[in-house]
Amino acid sequence: MTEEALPAQLSDIREDFLALEQRDRLQLLLEFSNELPELPERYRDHPDLFERVVECQSPVFIFVEVDAENTFHLYATAPRESPTTRGFASILVQGLDGLTPEQVLAVPDDFPQSIGLTQAVSPLRIRGMSALLARSKRQVRERTGL
Amino acid sequence: MSIALDPAPKFAEYAHPERLVSAAWLQANLDTDGLVVVESDEDVLLYETGHIRGSVKVDWHTELNDPVTRDFIDPTAFAAMLSEKGISRDSTIVVYGDKSNWWAAYALWVFTLFGHADVRLLDGGRDNWVAEGRELTTERPQVTPTAYPVVERNDAPIRAFRDDVLAHFGNPLIDVRSPEEYTGARTHMPAYPEEGALRGGHIPSAASVPWARAAADDSTFKGRAELDAIYKGEAGLSEGDNVIAYCRIGERSSHTWFVLTYLLGFEGVRNYDGSWTEWGNAVGVPIVLGTDPGETPQARR
Repeated sequence: MTEEALPAQLSDIREDFLALEQRDRLQLLLEFSNELPELPERYRDHPDLFERVVECQSPVFIFVEVDAENTFHLYATAPRESPTTRGFASILVQGLDGLTPEQVLAVPDDFPQSIGLTQAVSPLRIRGMSALLARSKRQVRERTGL
Repeated sequence: MSIALDPAPKFAEYAHPERLVSAAWLQANLDTDGLVVVESDEDVLLYETGHIRGSVKVDWHTELNDPVTRDFIDPTAFAAMLSEKGISRDSTIVVYGDKSNWWAAYALWVFTLFGHADVRLLDGGRDNWVAEGRELTTERPQVTPTAYPVVERNDAPIRAFRDDVLAHFGNPLIDVRSPEEYTGARTHMPAYPEEGALRGGHIPSAASVPWARAAADDSTFKGRAELDAIYKGEAGLSEGDNVIAYCRIGERSSHTWFVLTYLLGFEGVRNYDGSWTEWGNAVGVPIVLGTDPGETPQARR
């Protein structure tokens, strides 16, 4: 996996974080947290579809969809009282949505460690985002057989 | 310069009413000179979403822990942090936080290691403040930096190390983790990340009292009679006991340390912050599985 292969929307997110001072990185994470999209109508009443990410310190649930055009979509819910977890989920939703399943599987597992948040947020908390990424990839494999 | 205490009748039942303030008291005292309000949460972003007007944030991961050694920050770093947050040695500090003040109690305990005299908890923490319909703001406070002195950290009175625990057998231990962690069914909190302990179980002779039992549904501390029933009744503590509390990394047991020390009046209570992430990985220390506290080993001195 070479650096160049990171999809543009993910590398843009990384560059945005790395361009900021530590304290401002938290503000950007908060913006992501506030931008986590609501679930689409068709998934709102289907908690059965969602998988709990138990590695996160607060209740967060994800569901991966690969649509008819072979495009990846990630849906996530997390409570407003858990802004850090919401922020992690929102980064992945925005960074991965619209990619192909192959592109999602090719995202380096250490992407969460590479966006400059380990100091501002702490390495232990970053593990939550790694778990979100790993579980998203596993769901992609289940959906596509890749 | 100490600010007047909260005269709430509930607090008068506790051994040290001066360690708690109510939301109403804090609201009325927000502009009192010499008061600094500190928010300390599990979630590192919660303060940014809105905090009590004028409060400053202290993060347990990034500000209280030494970034390299597994230990708390040293006196120079502590002085620099408090100076930057506008806290003086004689400030009255009120700490509050999420999850029934779990992390707030941890911050209070670390401040106490450095001998900060007047540090209190907001009863009910962040959740109760919000539940009472009190305001939060996203405005960052205007902080005037102070010159907090460099003071030695004095661990011995309130902090236990592994060897202290081995020498403590025969005296009461309180395990404040979940029942699943106590029995050894799991080595981490339900729904929390695995933090790596090679063995499950508990320290022999420790009584199991999950930390959150001290908190009522609204996140405030339970009343004196209820707390006495739990700790003196069920857990069998008696006045004059020398107690060590532990959990997984010493955060939940800070909450219990606060309850035993300031609400129930036990003297010399120590928090073993190495806790299960040390004990469950240590070579040659005794461990008991299951719900029974197990036999008390010979104290090793």
